[in-house]
Amino acid sequence: MDAVLDNLDTFRQGFITTLALTVVSTVLALVLGTLLAAMRVSPVPTLRAAGATYVEVVRNTPLTLVFFFAVFVLPQLDIRLSFFVFAVIAVTVYHAAFFCEAVRSGINAVGVGQAEAARSIGLTFTQSMRLVVLPQAFRTVVPPLINVVIALTKNTSIAAAFGVVELTAVATRLANANSDAVIAIFLGSAVCYLALTLPSGWLAGRLERRVAVAR
Amino acid sequence: MAAGSPLLQMERVNKHFGDLHVLQDVDLEVDPGEVVVVVGPSGSGKSTLCRTINRLEPIDDGVIRLEGRPLPDEGRALARLRSDVGMVFQQFNLFAHKSVLDNVTLGPIKVRGQSRSEAERRARELLARVGVENQAHKLPAQLSGGQQQRVAIARALAMDPKLLLFDEPTSALDPEMINEVLDVMRDLAAAGMTMIVISHEMGFARSAANRVVFMDGGRILEAAPPEEFFASPRTERAKDFLSKIISH
Repeated sequence: MDAVLDNLDTFRQGFITTLALTVVSTVLALVLGTLLAAMRVSPVPTLRAAGATYVEVVRNTPLTLVFFFAVFVLPQLDIRLSFFVFAVIAVTVYHAAFFCEAVRSGINAVGVGQAEAARSIGLTFTQSMRLVVLPQAFRTVVPPLINVVIALTKNTSIAAAFGVVELTAVATRLANANSDAVIAIFLGSAVCYLALTLPSGWLAGRLERRVAVAR
Repeated sequence: MAAGSPLLQMERVNKHFGDLHVLQDVDLEVDPGEVVVVVGPSGSGKSTLCRTINRLEPIDDGVIRLEGRPLPDEGRALARLRSDVGMVFQQFNLFAHKSVLDNVTLGPIKVRGQSRSEAERRARELLARVGVENQAHKLPAQLSGGQQQRVAIARALAMDPKLLLFDEPTSALDPEMINEVLDVMRDLAAAGMTMIVISHEMGFARSAANRVVFMDGGRILEAAPPEEFFASPRTERAKDFLSKIISH
């Protein structure tokens, strides 16, 4: 227990890195996923095919491979960024596919008449998505979206193996240095992950109750 | 546009749903200010005809022209065309997450680029015209079917359409609400709006239509002024259809 308390500052830094990785990747992946979902329901066959290919390739690739690609292949293309940014890219690219499918199921749950009415008053496809379909789609998919957020939060731990000093990396280092306190250290890092994921669940519950009234 | 030329022209329009030939060589012209009521049995292609006019359903071959210009393909040009052709749906299709007022102002603000205050002033006029001005801040789900459909008409009118399409506007309504919607449509017809109405309301066809078009099996079998069509239909199919409607 002392090993945890003595290293609170190190834990705090790891926690902040994990938090930053989670928040930045969630925002970017949600935007990219929504864009992909719009592509998958668009009237343009090329966009539909591109969206579907992205999802099938990315979600069937292990996240670790996506990390390898970001950390080792991108630098060979003369793209030189920090390990943190590479981690953001890997986590974003991977989870966008899952966000896409959750958002797409929401789009499919919005009656086709809503999109037809939007188009019949002269809104373009992009406008009818942004103004009519997506605002209704998100309301129906809050629980699956939060599922992806929680998975994403935990999956940021893979960044530990790729040079990012986040929670898991901190826990591993401390455990190596304090072999008598391994249990306390790993429990401490588990509590930190819970501190990130549990509020997501509560937030989801609140969001759901709020938007339920509006339906 | 030359004086006296039709607003809408459909020439040899064909449309298939898989093996089903839903529109077969359909020809139809509609003049500005004309009210055309399309009648016919279920599955005759009436709704599909209506939906091809603003290209919610693309056609396989033939030509549809509005003010002499063929309908554009997908994209901005098509969006612009649709903003000039209003559509009222059987299921109302009001935007479920927006208030009545926002339903009516969305198009004018986002498509026509009007200011919010200008769009709202006009929306309130239109809501008053269709008799739902005191519901402006409610959500669609809080309104009766008849009220929702009248809001849908106001939403279409807010775009100042050249042509209004009604796809069975009263078929999803309780009987006591049908007349409040038909009354609004009669007023529009009397005010000179060009309208194509798919409907089973023969009373409306008699009182408001300039022309009744009878469809069956994907073809237009008859087109005549209502008094002529109802008094002496020329085809056996139309006689049969009318006898079934009148007998109950």
